[in-house]
Formats: sequence, C-alpha cells, structure tokens
Amino acid sequence: MNRVARRKFLSQLFVAFCALSVLLALVPLAFILFYLVSRGIQALNVSFFTQMPRPVGESGGGMANAIVGTLILVGIGAIAGVPVGIMSGVYMSEYAGSRFAALIRFAADTLNGVPSIVVGMFAYAVAVLPFKQFSALAGGLALAIMMIPIMARTTEELLLLVPSTMREGALALGATRARAVFTVVLPAALPGVITGVMLALARIAGETAPLLFTSFNNQFFSTKLTQPISSLTVQLYTYAISPYEDWHRQAWAGALTLVTLVLLCSVLARLATRRLERMHVR
Amino acid sequence: MPLPTLTRPTPSARNPTPTEQAPVKIDVAHLSFYYGAKLALSDISMQIGANLVTAFIGPSGCGKSTFLRTLNRMNDIIPGARIEGRVQINGRDAYGADVDVVALRRQVGMVFQRSNPFPKSIFENIAYGIRINHLAKSSADMRDMVEKSLRNAALWDEVKDRLHDSALALSGGQQQRLCIARALAIEPDVLLMDEPASALDPIATQRIEELIYQLKKQYTIVIVTHNMQQAARISDVTAFFWLGRLVEVGRTDAIFTSPSEKLTEDYVTGRFG
Repeated sequence: MNRVARRKFLSQLFVAFCALSVLLALVPLAFILFYLVSRGIQALNVSFFTQMPRPVGESGGGMANAIVGTLILVGIGAIAGVPVGIMSGVYMSEYAGSRFAALIRFAADTLNGVPSIVVGMFAYAVAVLPFKQFSALAGGLALAIMMIPIMARTTEELLLLVPSTMREGALALGATRARAVFTVVLPAALPGVITGVMLALARIAGETAPLLFTSFNNQFFSTKLTQPISSLTVQLYTYAISPYEDWHRQAWAGALTLVTLVLLCSVLARLATRRLERMHVR
Repeated sequence: MPLPTLTRPTPSARNPTPTEQAPVKIDVAHLSFYYGAKLALSDISMQIGANLVTAFIGPSGCGKSTFLRTLNRMNDIIPGARIEGRVQINGRDAYGADVDVVALRRQVGMVFQRSNPFPKSIFENIAYGIRINHLAKSSADMRDMVEKSLRNAALWDEVKDRLHDSALALSGGQQQRLCIARALAIEPDVLLMDEPASALDPIATQRIEELIYQLKKQYTIVIVTHNMQQAARISDVTAFFWLGRLVEVGRTDAIFTSPSEKLTEDYVTGRFG
C-alpha cells in the first residue's frame, strides 16, 4: 500500500469509528424506547388516564391522580424556578462583572451538581418539618431549586451569545440598560431561552428523589397544594418495586406516559419558537 | 522611520478650520481618556462645526473610535474607563453631574461599524427608539415617523412592501441604512458614524456616502473612517489622530494637499499606516 492509499484508509477508518460510536450511543435509546412502548402500550387505555389506583388484588385502575400531580408539581417548580433562574442569568451576563459572575457561575454549577436527593432533604427540612406535613408546595420547591441553576446558566450563556453591538445599538438610541436588556437582548435570545425552559421542565418532570419525602405520594385525587400529592415518578417507583404483576404493568404505562409528556413539551417548544425564530434568519 | 516630535496638536494657523464660519456644535477641551491605567486619548481639544461633515482619520488603534464614543458617552459602559477634560454639546457639558445620559444619546445619535439591526421587523427597528423616547403621539403618528425616517435614509422604496419582515433579511448595505434610519428616527442633531461603510461593497458604500451628503443639511455628522479617499470625498473637515493624539485638524482639502504637520503628510500620502 502506498502512502496516499494508507492515509486515505486511515481517514476512512476514523470516520467509520465515529459512525460506530454514534450507533453505539443510539442503541440503548432505541432499546429503551422500544421496550417502553411495547410494554407500556399493553397497560395503556382510557381508564389509565381517567381512573384512580385500585387496591392490591383488584385489577385495572389508572394514574389520573399522578398525571395531574406531576403537572401541578412541575407547574409550581416552573413558576418559582423559571423567573428566578432567568433573572439570575441576566444578572450574571449583564451586570455582575466578570469576576463576580465567575463566582456566581461556580455556585450555580455546584448547586447543579448537588445530588437531587440532597435537594429533597433540604426541602424536607425547610418546607416539610416546620409544618409537620408533606405537601405539593414542598415538592414544587425542591423542583424549583433544581431548576434555578439550570435556567441561570442557560440564560447566561445565551445572553453572552447576543452580540454586544446589539446592546450598544439600543443604548445609543437612548435606552437605559434595563430597557436594552429586556427589549433587545433577551428577545434576541428568546428562542434559546424557551428551549432551555422546556429542557429544564423535562429534566425536573423526571425527578423522583426530591419528591420522595417532600410531596410524598397520595393514593387519592388531590389538587391541594398543602397536602401530599401523587406524581408519576413516585408512583412509578412504588409500583415498580412492588411484587404485583398488575402494578408492574401499570408502572410501564406510567413510564410511557411520562416520556410522552416530556416529548410533547419539546415539540410544543419547537412549534412556539419557530415563529420567533423567523425574525432571526441570517 | 524616525517619528517627528509633536508640537502643539491643535489647528494650525495655515489651515483654519471652517468651524470659524460654522457655529460650534461640539466643543472638546483637554480631553484625556483611560482604559484602566492605559492612556488611550491624550489632551485632545477641538471644535466641531454645525452642519459640517467632520472625518476622523488615522491608523488602527489611534483612538479615533474611542474619541467618537466619548461624544455620546458610549464608553461609560466599559469597566475601568475614565475621562478627564470637557466635552460640550450645544454649549452644555456632556459629562456634568446633572446630565441625563439617555437624553444626551437622544441628541447625539450613533451608527456603528457593523450594522446592528435588532432581530425584529423593519418597522419595529425604527419604532424602537421612537417608542422608548415617547416621541409618537398615536399609532398613525408612529407610522408617519417610521416612513419619514426610512425616506431620510433612502430606504423607503426598497422596504415599503415588507415593513413587517425581519430586518435581518435585508442586505448588508440596506441593514446599515436601516441603522441610519433608526438613528434619525429619534431626531438627534448630531450623528456619529463609526466606519459605517467599512463592511460594505463599493456600490453600497457609494449609497451611504450620497446619504451622508444629503444628511448634512440637517445634521452635524462626525465620521470615523479608515478610507482616506472616503474622507476626502465626503468631509468638510478632517482630523488626523495618531497614538491617541490629535495631530492636526483642518479643512479637508488643506489636510490632503498642504498639511502643516509632517506626520499628517506622511500618513495621507501613504508613507505609513
């Protein structure tokens, strides 16, 4: 083999190796989805969405309470976490100055790396113990704490991508700094920020550990924020480790519902941001 | 090349500036500017006449853009920046304690080197400044002001049918004229332009230059340019900067044909820079 042929071969070998790696990475995803759909679909029916869990021994029943509970918990987490996260990101990118921003960034990354069960313990200490009551609010608080650093870092990075000439353009027209941020810089980064919100929501919707001893679980239908509330993840956990075949099937259906919910989030975000992005074509 | 020593870097007797005829719009006295400890502008004094086009020329890093940005206080946002001396616009101190920077920037508009339209529609780009300065009394008023600004920037005919399309879909030259229109919309009386045509092709550049010629009837224009032919074509007064100093300022034809400083002559004849 001459030199050129050898180089060509090595180059192709490298590409083949990269492609193989992608394949290896995608195989588990394909298997998970395949398994999830094939097992979940068997237990999935209308009553799964409309009915309550049945006692052991009775077959049938559903997870209506857990589906609504998850939506409520994620809703509380988003209402508390998204504004705080975005504002922190704005502060880091626009006001903090490079050194202080680096400090906040480090803090945010640390918070982001705290195991979720520890976040749950914290929420338990501040929002469950004083009231001697598991509650949806405590669960939402734990989820919000998880969401804040994700949103802050995402927002900061996206705002830093907005060219500084854009800020200067607004300032030169007589805008104050706050005005420039909220009418030009943030809107310029909005499609990315919305995607970030959706990804963060997807992430917290799948959390179990922070909810185990904050929102706990509830076998009944409840929308009261000061009461324990059911969630898909905790319900899934409970059912999956139970010895009952019927509950296992329900757990698969719950998992499929959860994944579908998350996927739906992403699709809706894409649709919503598409209109915004039309103003961003380069 | 041995660099000539500088004597007093102020208007020379041989090249009296036209500011002696035109009323003074901007009066700068002993202005020095620091980025942290680094001296970027040193003891600059000059007057800029109303309704004239004043060009700043000089090699890269000579401070001409920095000086331009002191005139509408765009340097305020740079951490560690510090200024000494005095800048008066219409006889009022631009750096006085009671000065509202927002009001100053309304009076002294700016166009940047790279066109920087907002990621909004063409209409919204123009409406932005009008809105934040509360200049329109009604939405009909707003539409009129947007149209007038676009006409002033010679862009109306090209965009009137697509006002609500993204400004980022415009060509580079159109984007820069949009930025000029945006600056004109808030009715400033001084327009600062920081190399407005440096990223444009020759035809787009020519349109900008024609526009500048039109605009000087109503506005005082200060333009930074790398392009000496451009300075010679469009300006009434030229100021030559070198290493943070104002070497010479005078009538453009005089600066380009019979400068009083050796350094200016070397630069405009292309011996360095």
